[in-house]
Amino acid sequence: MAEAAKKPTGTAYQPSGVSPSRRAGRSYTIRLWSVRHSRFLEVLYNLFADLFLKLHPFWKAVGYGRAEKPVKFIERNVKGLLFDCRMCGQCALSSTGMSCPMNCPKQLRNGPCGGVRANGNCEVEPDMPCVWVQAWKGSRNMEKGDAILNVQKPVDQSLRETSAWLRVTAQAAKAREAQSQEKGAAK
Amino acid sequence: MMHDTHPHDPGLPLEPLPGHSSRGRLERILRRGEFAVTAELNPPDSANPEDVYERAAIFEGWVDGINAVDASGANCHMSSVGICALLTRMGYAPIMQISARDRNRIAIQGDVLGASAMGVQNILCLTGDGVQAGDQPGAKPVFDLDCMSMLETIRTMRDEAKFLSGRKLTTPPAVFLGAAINPFAPPYDFRPYRLAKKVAAGAQFVQSQYVFDIPMFKEYMKKVVDLGLAEKCFILAGVGPMASAKTAKWIRTNVPGIHIPDAIIKRLEGAENQKREGKQICIDMINEVKEIEGVSGIHVMAYRQEEYVAEIVHESGVLKGRQPWKREVSRSEAIAAAHAADVHEGQLQNPQEMAKAAASNNS
Repeated sequence: MAEAAKKPTGTAYQPSGVSPSRRAGRSYTIRLWSVRHSRFLEVLYNLFADLFLKLHPFWKAVGYGRAEKPVKFIERNVKGLLFDCRMCGQCALSSTGMSCPMNCPKQLRNGPCGGVRANGNCEVEPDMPCVWVQAWKGSRNMEKGDAILNVQKPVDQSLRETSAWLRVTAQAAKAREAQSQEKGAAK
Repeated sequence: MMHDTHPHDPGLPLEPLPGHSSRGRLERILRRGEFAVTAELNPPDSANPEDVYERAAIFEGWVDGINAVDASGANCHMSSVGICALLTRMGYAPIMQISARDRNRIAIQGDVLGASAMGVQNILCLTGDGVQAGDQPGAKPVFDLDCMSMLETIRTMRDEAKFLSGRKLTTPPAVFLGAAINPFAPPYDFRPYRLAKKVAAGAQFVQSQYVFDIPMFKEYMKKVVDLGLAEKCFILAGVGPMASAKTAKWIRTNVPGIHIPDAIIKRLEGAENQKREGKQICIDMINEVKEIEGVSGIHVMAYRQEEYVAEIVHESGVLKGRQPWKREVSRSEAIAAAHAADVHEGQLQNPQEMAKAAASNNS
């Protein structure tokens, strides 16, 4: 663990913010705002998810496949603005205190690594507040914040650049149908 | 004294015991309730197996497990799987580290099977330092799994005999699963819960980052014991000597995740012989942590001071007279060595010359 870190050899010109993960040079204002208002966003998302589920017949009529493109466009821009969303396609924001774990240079989805600086900033990006320090703060405000304690599955890379909203809605609709069928069978 | 060694070949796994998930020495010692000692092998920058054997021999008879690091600090070295393969041949009990930085889930699962086939009994899952910390900052950071999902993946392979994909394994890898903890990095109040997550994902033992801040570690351990984690998982506290105040300061600022309080630096600066003081601090830390409830052992990280591990372990007295495994010369090896000595001394029997001599005697 204790080992020498060597400076990269100097080249003629080194642009500022060179980083292995290419995430430097951003402002984190909105992202941090979202974490501070995680409770509000949680309520908002729940209302929104219900609305999406109510629209299930509409999505079905249009076809989930055809709805994908416009929905993805909106999702990318809304979540991109609020959370610096990376479109992993399997949103974990509800269990990560509204701090997107894909912004972690190591893309950790289960908590902070051991390299977090004493000031709460990232090991890889010294200027970025650690995504997981923020996530823990955000989760403490949320009603279902303890979801942060669940072990998350590894990211399915094949779902990149797809809409998480639509898939969650389709899954919820399917679960609801299965439930009502069970009830019908029980009668 | 009885040692945990295979009676015929020290390189072979031990007899399986009920309730044990591996067939290795480290798990036996921990489950017996003995205070375990592990150390970190400095991986060579060479393709020479002798380098590995030499570096492991220093620890012989003093440690219960040897960590084979996986490109620690993102610096290139001999691979952990290679080091482990060499060490198991000789009968050592290596702890193979796997870092999520360099390999994706396909490579990791393959390496676990390969390592287990070569006799590796302990695997430690790590996230790994970022590539920016090492000698090749231009490398692609992989981080396909994180340490948590890696633990879960290997546990599934071991307990359910299947890959992450669900495909079946004919022989599952019987390994003792480990992870790392760092109680000294923010968010401090999340850290015990993170250990809880690791235990839930499959960690059976954990090694901590360097402990230099005893009050902070005590607070962490209290919470861990309250959560009931110390019963489900063996906790080894990380310790190590600092060569000088200058090194300590350098490590503090340059190596991610190491917390060294000012008091320690002052103590080093004030000492006449800083190296000896560093060793003494390490021994003091061992004596402090061994009394903390929930601590099952120590992990000695003496980077480039490996020769002091034996002294440190001896002077701290944590083994309480117990001697960990040591290579012993078997009877067949002794006979072979005696023959080899004859060859070197030139006492060779040449049948043709003997026949000639016999013929000339007769005539």
